[in-house]
Amino acid sequence: MSMRRPNFSTVMLVLGLLFLYLPMFVLVVYSFNASKLVTVWAGFSTQWYGELFQDQQILSAVWTSLRIAFFAASMAVCLGTVAAFVMTRYGHFRGKTALSSMVTAPLVMPEVITGLSLLLLFVQMAQITGWPADRGMATIWIAHTTFCSAYVAVVVAARLREVDHSIEEAAMDLGSPPVKTFFSITLPIITPALAAGWLLAFTLSLDDLVIASFVSGPGANTLPMVVFSSVRMGVSPKINALATLIILTVSLATLLAWFFMRRNETRRRVALRDV
Amino acid sequence: MKLSRSSALLKRLQLGRRAVIAFPLVWLTLFFLLPFALVLKISLSEAAIAIPPYGPLLEYADQTLHVFLNLGNYLFLLSDSLYIAAYWGSVKTAFIATLACLLLGYPMAYAMARAPARWQLLLLLLIMLPSWTSFLIRVYAWMGILSNSGLINNLLIGIGLIDSPLRMMNTQFSVTIGIVYAYLPFMVLPLYAHLTRMDNSLLEAAADLGSRKLNTFIKVTLPLSTGGIVAGSMLVFIPAVGEFVIPELLGGPDTLMIGKVLWEEFFLNRDWPVASALAMVMLLLLLVPIVWFHRYQSKELE
Repeated sequence: MSMRRPNFSTVMLVLGLLFLYLPMFVLVVYSFNASKLVTVWAGFSTQWYGELFQDQQILSAVWTSLRIAFFAASMAVCLGTVAAFVMTRYGHFRGKTALSSMVTAPLVMPEVITGLSLLLLFVQMAQITGWPADRGMATIWIAHTTFCSAYVAVVVAARLREVDHSIEEAAMDLGSPPVKTFFSITLPIITPALAAGWLLAFTLSLDDLVIASFVSGPGANTLPMVVFSSVRMGVSPKINALATLIILTVSLATLLAWFFMRRNETRRRVALRDV
Repeated sequence: MKLSRSSALLKRLQLGRRAVIAFPLVWLTLFFLLPFALVLKISLSEAAIAIPPYGPLLEYADQTLHVFLNLGNYLFLLSDSLYIAAYWGSVKTAFIATLACLLLGYPMAYAMARAPARWQLLLLLLIMLPSWTSFLIRVYAWMGILSNSGLINNLLIGIGLIDSPLRMMNTQFSVTIGIVYAYLPFMVLPLYAHLTRMDNSLLEAAADLGSRKLNTFIKVTLPLSTGGIVAGSMLVFIPAVGEFVIPELLGGPDTLMIGKVLWEEFFLNRDWPVASALAMVMLLLLLVPIVWFHRYQSKELE
């Protein structure tokens, strides 16, 4: 990459990043606007943050969403890891095509289809088995686990393909049973991928509006559902304040991740040089 | 004796293997595949004022089994031009947005793949970061930018370029830009993954043999990144066809999209059978792209 004469692709990269970040920057700036009219600047103020923290509906929705996301991400990691392991390590088995289709299809499936189909399933299940009598957190948890596990499987499978298979084979040749080999050899190696998968699933679950709206009942309102019912009325400074907090949290977490990944990279380079 | 013990062990291993396979297979079959069969079933039933609001497919009365297969919902979709217009609008909008994502995303991914190694991780995180914040809020951001009293119009009026606000909100333009904005990271990531994996010696060989840069790009780089182009385009196109949030927040009466129509049939009209029929037809339309995506993705998975 020549620094003197920027080439076409570098210019596009800078423009693309500006395109991605300017709208978010605007949200952050206007969250400190004193005026209720979001587009007219009337001086600096933090009043919308105060109002945000007094909004019981939003606060309880945040708590609901965090709990669902935590449990959905945890279950999705279990399910997705097993699916990835089976697909990368088990060679051929009956149902492999079905499994790999069911792992890739949720990545692209339009949300309205997934949401509608799961709702119909829950309604049918309630008719036959009596469960779930009420739709709410449990049904959202199942729905989120299902589509998040597909993303986890993709992340973990990518890591499993990189890992040297011969270590696991050596352990098993030496008489280690498969379950023990998995927990003492494979799992520690792929832990970073599990963490990445968990975080991805967590953010996906926190973010979902459409599927949750279909499978939720009157009792459970997630944060996107509350935000959506507010923003379809128009722009609101309180939502800008909420957006700013979300952007800030994600940016800090990313910065932290970048810092640790870079440190590991430098360490690895030093280690390689010493060898 | 020893033989039987080892065969018992083998049996246990086989059993364990089956149990491990069964866990994701059963979960996904129950909660992903089976629901589609139910959508098909409900799409063939008749709307009824009941809880749930549809009639049965099978009924046993007077020693006869009555099977009701109501094709009316599908015929209804054909008879009302609104639905066909909505399908067409979705496919058209998704196609334009995918093309725009590709034209913007490809050079971005290319520049990232060529950037110095110490920059690449940071650039990658910068591309992914927006998708970790909230989708809803990122779409909402454009409401404040594009509306009649929004940022762009205020700016243009402020510097005296226009007198009355340009109508940008609730148009084809605002919906397309919303989709491009929301889905751009999903285009860049697979492209970047393919471009970094590319063997640089091929480019050097082409240059050594006297190929010009543009020629090398068209004959070497582009064909080698086909997998990334297909994966990225499908990751944008397929969800965009069924998109609900973006046409709902940024669209207007002349930007019909099928995801929004389905939502309204379900939540406002409470017509579950028609909503199911809409979903089945959408699935049928997307079957070829989904299979195409799966073919490229399963290569990646193995």
